[in-house]
Amino acid sequence: MRDKQIEDLKDYKYGFSTDIESFKAPKGLNEEVIRFISNIKKEPDWLLQWRLKAFERLKVLKEPDWQKPKYPKIDYQDLYYYSAPKSFKEKPKNLEDLDPKLLETYKKLGIPLQEQKRLNGIAVDAVFDSVSVATTFKDTLTEKGIIFCSISEAIQKHPDLVKKYLGSVIPITDHFFATLNSAVFTDGSFVYIPPNVKCPMELSTYFRINASDTGQFERTLIIADKGSYVSYLEGCTAPMRDENQLHAANVELVALDDAEIKYSTVQNWYPGDKDGKGGIYNFVTKRGLCKGKNSKISWTQVETGSAITWKYPSCILKGDNSIGEFYSIAITNNYQKADTGTKMIHLGKNTKSKIISKGISAGKSDMTYRGLVDISKNASNSTNYTQCDSLLMGNKCGAHTVPYIKNKNSNSNIAHEATTSKISEDQLHYCQQRGLNQEEAVGLIVNGFCKEVLQQLPMEFAVEAQKLVGISLEGSVG
Amino acid sequence: MLKINNLNAKIQEKIILSGFNLEIKPGEVHAIMGPNGSGKSTLSNILSGKKGYEVSGEVLYENKNLFDLETEERAHKGIFLAFQYPLEIPGVNTNIFLKTSLNSIRKAKGEKELDALEFLKLVKEKAKELKFDEEKLNRQLNVGFSGGEKKKNEILQMSILDPKLSILDETDSGLDIDALKIVADGVNALRKKNNSFLIITHYQRLLDYIKPDFVHVLMGGKIIKSGGAELAIELEKKRI
Repeated sequence: MRDKQIEDLKDYKYGFSTDIESFKAPKGLNEEVIRFISNIKKEPDWLLQWRLKAFERLKVLKEPDWQKPKYPKIDYQDLYYYSAPKSFKEKPKNLEDLDPKLLETYKKLGIPLQEQKRLNGIAVDAVFDSVSVATTFKDTLTEKGIIFCSISEAIQKHPDLVKKYLGSVIPITDHFFATLNSAVFTDGSFVYIPPNVKCPMELSTYFRINASDTGQFERTLIIADKGSYVSYLEGCTAPMRDENQLHAANVELVALDDAEIKYSTVQNWYPGDKDGKGGIYNFVTKRGLCKGKNSKISWTQVETGSAITWKYPSCILKGDNSIGEFYSIAITNNYQKADTGTKMIHLGKNTKSKIISKGISAGKSDMTYRGLVDISKNASNSTNYTQCDSLLMGNKCGAHTVPYIKNKNSNSNIAHEATTSKISEDQLHYCQQRGLNQEEAVGLIVNGFCKEVLQQLPMEFAVEAQKLVGISLEGSVG
Repeated sequence: MLKINNLNAKIQEKIILSGFNLEIKPGEVHAIMGPNGSGKSTLSNILSGKKGYEVSGEVLYENKNLFDLETEERAHKGIFLAFQYPLEIPGVNTNIFLKTSLNSIRKAKGEKELDALEFLKLVKEKAKELKFDEEKLNRQLNVGFSGGEKKKNEILQMSILDPKLSILDETDSGLDIDALKIVADGVNALRKKNNSFLIITHYQRLLDYIKPDFVHVLMGGKIIKSGGAELAIELEKKRI
């Protein structure tokens, strides 16, 4: 039975890749290219018009430059906006062809061999193993009426849902990168949880068929209908190889009355080498709308990769009594830079938000926490609690905290706490005297520092994330 | 077990130890007494592997050059330091710290690592012996502990790790008499044929409960006088 499944999938996979391979969009950003993408994906006309509208808007938008980490100018006409997934022929054949440093990291994280191959797009049968796992997984979800598929598939099969919610949280008139994404997004995830359904498992991009090759302009849309619950995991602790430097994804979450969405991210993209060469620019727009009353959206992120991380997963607390949470660990080492935080926009009454941010900088890296708490005139009896802690390792790195606080309602309350500390030589000596080597000691101390956030992650993920936190800081002391 | 020949130590050009000699044989308990600034803590720092000192001379531990060993390797080979000021590590559960520590030492010795259940059984037993409040083991390491609790926690760690050479750096300072007795009980329980102790202290009173084989007086970076347990009493009298 399973063999048959694998056979079927093989055919599908090969068939799919031959079909797609005959198409490729020319370089550059223009109406032609957008029409090409929409056409190749057999999109309905409304979506093409939507993309084109975004493109019109993009022409008048300016690339923002207020962020702390600066980067060389990107020539948007010099990028490919659509290229087919690579064929097996072009992919690396063996793990031996990869960077030995990468393999060493896999070993430390305890990633199985087959999994290492999958992450690097090496053509092996094992890929089909994980696909068949995904198939059983899908059956369970279908029974509950849960939709979990690629956004391309959702556009074909559930156009009404997509049309209703796409762009309802991040409009096409938003900022430069978000609008760019709206014009040219290629693929991503779609989730819909029907009313009063508690999703029985963690949904993870890992289990979505064809999850790889979603490209640099990923688009994710998650809708939790009334009284439903879902926990979604994005990313992977293992370092991912990717040839695109710029990543500008959009993630939209919508929670209706009494619904809850928990969105966890572990981001470990290539950070560049130890001299700061190469690495991904991670310019992602993530926004959640607590649309209904008593709804809740919780973001948890562990950001250890990328050369530049620039993102503010945000919550718009529109429904009365809605809750927004943001738990973040951001680690920068060597020449990495991060400017990250959140926005909590309180619109409804009795809305609550909580921000726990842990920033760790090592090497010559630079870290900024930037966060907005905005309590509007009508959001009476609302509260925010913010805690921002920075940990510095060595004396060549930087940490900055930039809070923006607006309270237009006298019945509401905002509390902000911030600390900056260093790992002391004495703490390290203490741990080493108890038999831990320096790496283990740093890992332990840093994990202690991040504990409140790590606790928010789903269990299996938390263990991996703990290891990752230690590994990301390797070589940062002594 | 430990042989120190002509040890000299400087920190930022300041001479702390000069011409220090000491030999500790298996099973012996040595006490080092001396005024503030005589070099007592520097000695424990250097033996445990703390960085930042300019050191010359020879220290042999089990006939091997101690300076060839990293801090954690010394711990793996059975050297334990009860810190004068135990460090706080926020967010790290005391039990987890202890388990990580014990298992890293067991692993280095080629012994089987303890699983959570085996470890909890051991730690409960030891905590009971030392009248250490078990509830504290689930708190963050030393965070919010009183001075006495921190010191007792050091002794608890010592009894769990079962070291060959234990160095107690002013563990008795700031302890009330009940806590002092508990610390002494912890040490006495570990006193076996092959376990040795180096007890650094200001006061004689701890030595009422732990009878040392040798007492040394440290002053100006070297030992100026050595004797038996009676020397401690003599010193205390002189001070009065």
